[in-house]
Amino acid sequence: MTPLLSVSQLSVAYGGIQAVRNLSLDVAQGEMVCLIGANGAGKTTTLKALSGLIAAQSGSIQLDGQPLSGLPAHAIARRGMALVPEGRGVFPRMSVAENLMMGAYIRTDRAAIAHDLDQVYSLLPRLTERRAQPAGLLSGGEQQMLALGRAMMARPRLLLLDEPSMGLAPLMVQAVFDIIRRIAASGVAVLLIEQNAHLALKTCARGYVLETGMITLSGNATELAANPAVRHAYLGEA
Amino acid sequence: MALGMLIERVAYRPLRNAPRLAPLITAIGVSIILQNIAMLIWGKQYIPFPAILPQGRHDILGATISDTQIAILLLALLIMLALILMVQKSRLGRAMRATAQSRQVASLMGIDVNRVIASTFIIGSALAAIAGVMVSAYYGLAHYYMGFLLGLKAFSAAVLGGIGNLGGAMLGGLLLGLIESFGAGYIGDLTGGFLGSHYQDVFAFFVLIAVLVFRPQGLLGARVVERA
Repeated sequence: MTPLLSVSQLSVAYGGIQAVRNLSLDVAQGEMVCLIGANGAGKTTTLKALSGLIAAQSGSIQLDGQPLSGLPAHAIARRGMALVPEGRGVFPRMSVAENLMMGAYIRTDRAAIAHDLDQVYSLLPRLTERRAQPAGLLSGGEQQMLALGRAMMARPRLLLLDEPSMGLAPLMVQAVFDIIRRIAASGVAVLLIEQNAHLALKTCARGYVLETGMITLSGNATELAANPAVRHAYLGEA
Repeated sequence: MALGMLIERVAYRPLRNAPRLAPLITAIGVSIILQNIAMLIWGKQYIPFPAILPQGRHDILGATISDTQIAILLLALLIMLALILMVQKSRLGRAMRATAQSRQVASLMGIDVNRVIASTFIIGSALAAIAGVMVSAYYGLAHYYMGFLLGLKAFSAAVLGGIGNLGGAMLGGLLLGLIESFGAGYIGDLTGGFLGSHYQDVFAFFVLIAVLVFRPQGLLGARVVERA
């Protein structure tokens, strides 16, 4: 079976620096996969290249067997890939409800959109209370939840998450990851990027380790978590 | 409108990621080019403009108001209402607001940012064309240079209200008009006859400078504090 997302030999240069080199990875239908690595290893660059925000130098990206290389970001979003960017990227001067509706911008099936909106509110009750407020007034964790809810409104097949735990209090990280697990359980494939390797490997089935733009290790998440090199470098153990 | 689209393509799109000052300078440059093209086509003299608006006059409470003025007022109100509805409620309007807040995130929502910006320019040039027709019909004359001062005043009005805020621009325009009229009416009295009402144009730019110094965000600007 062809994987949902298949990336092979992807190279990206960013501001004259070779940020990602010959990266290959894949994500199966409904699978949760993480990409871990230190700050500056090229994680965000990889996601930006996948979603079309920056152009890749070479390599191929396929979603469901369809090549995505060279397509602009808005066209890729229409193919069923949703990115929740680093720093959440909510529209601060729009209300919570309007932000969620922006997620459904590409859809025209009004009845199904209304149904999905109810689903998102029941998944994220904190947003229900604040639906009329400008998103810029939400806390960081609430903004992360809003960004997740907004991505779900597009009914994506693949959800790309860039550091969803960043800048959040531990309790809020728990809450956000609970939501991510529930989204994955509903059948959406997830590619998660995290600096918090412990949390990422605990959440996902498989993982890749990115170091200075290259994948150095990959495999089953429990095996990776047990790997001495990973434990030493990313899990803070000697 | 087609002209607006063309201008966006050649003069603004290359500057999409340039500092904010660059498109502003481009705006002045393009306006000079357009004025000169208009001069080449229609010549330098004033051209009579057909009276397409009603011409009657009424006396209300000692003031005279013409049908032309009433028509312009109503048409302007109607267009403002339509514009607000379009930006707040329509799909294109939502895409415009999203694009204004973050082009990158807007594109992740599946919005074709280039198309939205081009549409904005098309709507803008259509509105400018309507305004130009109204002004020409009011004075019964058209001239290649007549839009320059008006354009600067429109810009002052937008700054007064708060750039990027529709209601603000409308409020700014109304206030600026009142300031100008009252200023021109009373400047003779205030300066003991030293300055006359032909100094009317000064007021718009006094207001512009005062706003830039004391409240750069405009009257209605920046109401929402953004958290990181």
